[in-house]
Amino acid sequence: MNALWDNAAFLAEGLALSLGLTVIGVLGGLSLGTALAALRLFGGRAGGAVVDVYVFAFRAVPLILVIFWFYFMVPLILGRPVGAFASAVVAFVLFEAAYYSEIIRGGLASVRPGQMNAALACGMSRVAALRYVVLPQAFRAMMPVFLTQAIVLFQDTSLVFVVSLHDFLTAAAIVANRAGRLVETYLLACLVYYLVCLAATAAVAKMRRSAP
Amino acid sequence: MITFERVDKSYGDRPVLREVSLDVRQGEVVVVCGPSGSGKSTLIKCVNALEPFQSGTIRVGETVLGRGSLDARALRRRVGMVFQHFELYPHLDVMENLCLAQRTVLKRSRSAAEERASALLDRVGLREKCSALPAQLSGGQQQRIAIARALALDPEVMLFDEPTSALDPEMVNEVLDVMTALAREGMTMMVVTHEMGFARRVADRVVFMEDGAIVEDCATDVFFGDPGKLSQRAQRFLSKVLPH
Ligand SMILES: Nc1ncnc2c1ncn2[C@@H]1O[C@H](COP(=O)(O)OP(=O)(O)OP(=O)(O)O)[C@@H](O)[C@H]1O
Ligand SMILES: [Mg+2]
Repeated sequence: MNALWDNAAFLAEGLALSLGLTVIGVLGGLSLGTALAALRLFGGRAGGAVVDVYVFAFRAVPLILVIFWFYFMVPLILGRPVGAFASAVVAFVLFEAAYYSEIIRGGLASVRPGQMNAALACGMSRVAALRYVVLPQAFRAMMPVFLTQAIVLFQDTSLVFVVSLHDFLTAAAIVANRAGRLVETYLLACLVYYLVCLAATAAVAKMRRSAP
Repeated sequence: MITFERVDKSYGDRPVLREVSLDVRQGEVVVVCGPSGSGKSTLIKCVNALEPFQSGTIRVGETVLGRGSLDARALRRRVGMVFQHFELYPHLDVMENLCLAQRTVLKRSRSAAEERASALLDRVGLREKCSALPAQLSGGQQQRIAIARALALDPEVMLFDEPTSALDPEMVNEVLDVMTALAREGMTMMVVTHEMGFARRVADRVVFMEDGAIVEDCATDVFFGDPGKLSQRAQRFLSKVLPH
């Protein structure tokens, strides 16, 4: 137990990195994913094709490869080193956006077409109909999938070890080996994952209840 | 009030409206009937520009549809529509359902919108449901709310697409009663329905469609009183939908 306590700061730093990457990945991925979904909706045939290629490109390869790839790519594009964290952020956001755009597409498709017609028939613009009628229903339908996606992302932050970042699980592995306390350390790691998952679930449940 | 002039529409190479010409005068109630797939829904969706068509013109009041650009939203503001499956907004309560378009389209204040909504809820007999969600209401209640929602924008014309065909039989009359009252007040109405009792009592004219074309268009008493004058196809249809 002592060994864990001595390394608490190191573990907390790892946890902070994992949570930080998750939050940025969710917010950035959601923004870009929404933009991609909008491009598919309003961008005509060409826009749809661009999104299809994008989604295919990111869905076909494992996340670990994307992280690794961007670690080398981003400095090449920018012409200067950006560090492991920044390149990991770019990888996560781009990768998540592909999934979010698909989730949003599914959510929009789950709203009956008659709802759009009803809003249009009242003289609402297409944008107002989306904003007040279609999107709120779509987001409600998407919430559980968003939650799952965020939890998976949190777990996947452990992949940043390939670019030598210390996320929570990597930190735990280091502590476990250093102190020779495998069982305790990995039990603690499990506990932390459960707590984070519970907290996210509770937060989403609260959001669903208070949504208009 | 509504005039169709030789309107043609097709999906791909499949025609769904063929040279439809029709005239609905102000205050008139026209019932549209015909077999499934004959184009009734398409016909009334053309009136508020929810469906584009390829040729011909449709006039609604001063607005001409069919050539060049047109402000569909200005038109739709004046034309209320009631759907077969109600299409209330499931995430909003009844009051919000009635206020949304009043606020976003007509830019009414919250209090003005709620006042109008309350008056309409009274009128359809559902005042006490103002904070219920659509899922908590029966089909008949939902459809009455949907009628109130359309009326909240003070339309000049009301369109109904099979407003009672998704309802359990015992709820049909509560909806037809609201529609009958509306007709008696002089609302111009186009109603797709197979409720021939309603047509007989309330309609001024009955239009019978088949394969995208208007086969019969005649005064209600002729349609029901003098079936011998109707085409074979209309007679066959009538014998199926009328109780013997
Ligand atoms: N979006 C669409 N794409 C292709 N064909 C369509 C579409 N909507 C309707 N149709 C076809 O157009 C024809 C007319 O359809 P419409 O819905 O107007 O018929 P209807 O008289 O209202 O029938 P119902 O009594 O079943 O409601 C039908 O044959 C239908 O299959
Ligand atoms: Mg129909």
